[in-house]
Amino acid sequence: MLKTIAVRRSQGTQYIADLRGAVPAGFRGKPLIADTACADSCQACLSICPSHAIELAPLRIDLGRCVLCGDCEPACPSGKLSFSNDVKLASTRREGLVVTAARAHIDPVQVSAALHQRFGRSLKLRSVSAGGCNGCEMELNATGNVNFDLGRYGIDIVASPRHADGLVLTGPITRNMAQALDICWDAIPEPKLVIAMGACAISGGVFADSDALDRSFLEKVTPSLYLPGCPTHPLTFISGILDLLGIAG
Amino acid sequence: MSLTIPKPSPCALFSGQALQPLPLNDFAALCLQRLQQGERLLSLFGRAATPADAGDWVLTAVFLPPEGALYVVRGQARRGEHYPSLSASHPAAQIHERELWEQTGVVPEGHPWLKPVRFEGERQQHMADYPFFTVRGNEVHEVGVGPIHASVIEPGHFRFMCHGERVIHLEIQLGYQHRGAQALLLRRPAWSLTPIIESIAGDSAVAYAWAHCQAMEALSGRPVSADTAQSRAVGLEMERIAMHVATLNGLATDIAYLQAAATYGRLRTAIINASQRVCGNRFGRGWLRPGWARSLPTELRDDLRKTLQGFARDIHEVNGLMRSARSVKARFVGTGVLSPQAALDMGLAGVVARASGVALDLRKRLPGAYEHAPIATVTAPTGDCWARMDLRMREIDASVTWLLEALARAPGEQAAARAPAAPEGENAALAARTLCVSLVEGTRGPVLQAIETSDSGGLLHHQVQDPSLANWFGLALAVRDNGISDFPICNKSFDLSYCGNDL
Ligand code: SF4
Ligand code: SF4
Repeated sequence: MLKTIAVRRSQGTQYIADLRGAVPAGFRGKPLIADTACADSCQACLSICPSHAIELAPLRIDLGRCVLCGDCEPACPSGKLSFSNDVKLASTRREGLVVTAARAHIDPVQVSAALHQRFGRSLKLRSVSAGGCNGCEMELNATGNVNFDLGRYGIDIVASPRHADGLVLTGPITRNMAQALDICWDAIPEPKLVIAMGACAISGGVFADSDALDRSFLEKVTPSLYLPGCPTHPLTFISGILDLLGIAG
Repeated sequence: MSLTIPKPSPCALFSGQALQPLPLNDFAALCLQRLQQGERLLSLFGRAATPADAGDWVLTAVFLPPEGALYVVRGQARRGEHYPSLSASHPAAQIHERELWEQTGVVPEGHPWLKPVRFEGERQQHMADYPFFTVRGNEVHEVGVGPIHASVIEPGHFRFMCHGERVIHLEIQLGYQHRGAQALLLRRPAWSLTPIIESIAGDSAVAYAWAHCQAMEALSGRPVSADTAQSRAVGLEMERIAMHVATLNGLATDIAYLQAAATYGRLRTAIINASQRVCGNRFGRGWLRPGWARSLPTELRDDLRKTLQGFARDIHEVNGLMRSARSVKARFVGTGVLSPQAALDMGLAGVVARASGVALDLRKRLPGAYEHAPIATVTAPTGDCWARMDLRMREIDASVTWLLEALARAPGEQAAARAPAAPEGENAALAARTLCVSLVEGTRGPVLQAIETSDSGGLLHHQVQDPSLANWFGLALAVRDNGISDFPICNKSFDLSYCGNDL
């Protein structure tokens, strides 16, 4: 009993009160592209990028592919690339994830009135890891811990797809998981939505070139929310989903 | 004057000449001999032969003798060739022979249960085509779970054969996470592979990256400085602490001990946020690259030490609570026992083996960066869920002690800026026709990578192996004769990697 009280006392209050305003120290987040010229016929960043996230002339980075590895920064001889600790990387449109020197911001998440009305006070999600590396899965678990406590907004992970309003997809969708993913999706009652969490789910990430994937699920179903990162930071997840549901944080 | 013999390295190079392959049967006989001498089979893999090789497949077996350096046996095989299975007398070979067979079609004659490991290539999406082991008897029933499980966790299928509540046998079928990672590694420039390597088992990113970088550095003859090695070890021990705390969190959650679970949750946050302040990512991604690691200037050392000191106080308190709670003892003591003999026979490694009394820790056995700053090896004798919980608590203590000492030392020469991942010019060349075997003791045990180069110094084969590959069978053994309702805590106490197994 005394031990229990002692642990409770040192636990103190751990939750982050202002989740939207929280800044993760040191996080390598949104890429910043400087408005300087590239060296003649330079392709250094392009060839080092592990996930084909970069296109040149003009330089653009697709956050749907980028794994925020940071390797392009030292590769660039002109110092065009750097990273801020901005975690607000979510978008409701796949094309909205591209940043350039002229368009430094990710498309803001479009608040959906319908989703707000339906799920604004309660959203239950089923997670399916379809080739995830356990990075996104651990971060998804972390959204429910005492620090982030996403449950305070009525957003929870549930076990049965029958109890779920939506599916959080992680991983590039391996061929060996494609069928199980379909079955799980079919078991979720309408109305329902998909959230694509992490570079793998959005684009295949570093595994996009593999022959062992079957991404046809995403030809049938368009995600309502794209959450970049590798893994997606819990704050990216939370701010994205609060914006989507129009929840004042 | 006494001569000190340097301890064997966790990274060994074998030149083309030393790798003359034996005919398949001689290869198998030599492997058998080594197993009979008590050597540990760390890995067994094949690659397609090049025009310079004889036969269709070139096989490699990596052994760790009780003492001394790593040892490699080479063989060659024709398509579909058979050899007498090693598993028949040495069950530790079972998973390696299955993997070899799956990838090359070379058949271990007499293997007790020859079944694909990860349903690769043409077998993809054919998980249902292979039979499960069956236990006969009127009252025997089967329970199938997964691939999708109740919580946020990677997929795998578990088929229990039960008599009432009692588990007689468990067959674990994996492969759902198979992303074809090994094949992918041969398609990109060799010097830019680390981000992919970090994504193979994302909860062990530092261990994987280190094993990879160590191999690339050995193959290019570019050893790193002591400071770089130390920074990597700091990253690895931070990763170990974070993952052990995650497992303790899971154990507490699985027995609905919510206070401990909540406390472990926030303690892990403190550690991974500190890793993020070093390298930009909570999972240690970007901590190291070939030839390079994050420098740890004084402010960062002070920051880490302060974090660890606060962490040490609080984890000690909550561990005490877990250890003394009767409900925890009632669930964990005597549950899911894996005997020391079984752990040795099955070739298990890492945390799981140490909790069954097997004193093998590569940080001692092949110390590398730990040679001048040893870390305590922790073992437990009982092999039950309690032992695996308690061992993790004590490994956390050992890592914290080690880190506090390492971080108290003055920083050495600092790598000024982040080096580009791809070195230019001559330094970039890899030794031609060479095999490098590289090991790192990650959170779960030895992470192995073996890189073989071609005549022109390009990558010919990149073997990646997680300690979970062999350890999964330990879980199947541990749940025998236990109630099926204790499976979740058995599984969590092993805490093996699905994606590391499936690649
Ligand atoms: S940070 Fe993103 S864009 Fe840059 S190399 Fe890495 S994945 Fe590519
Ligand atoms: S996006 Fe990155 S962290 Fe997430 S599953 Fe893929 S590799 Fe892992």
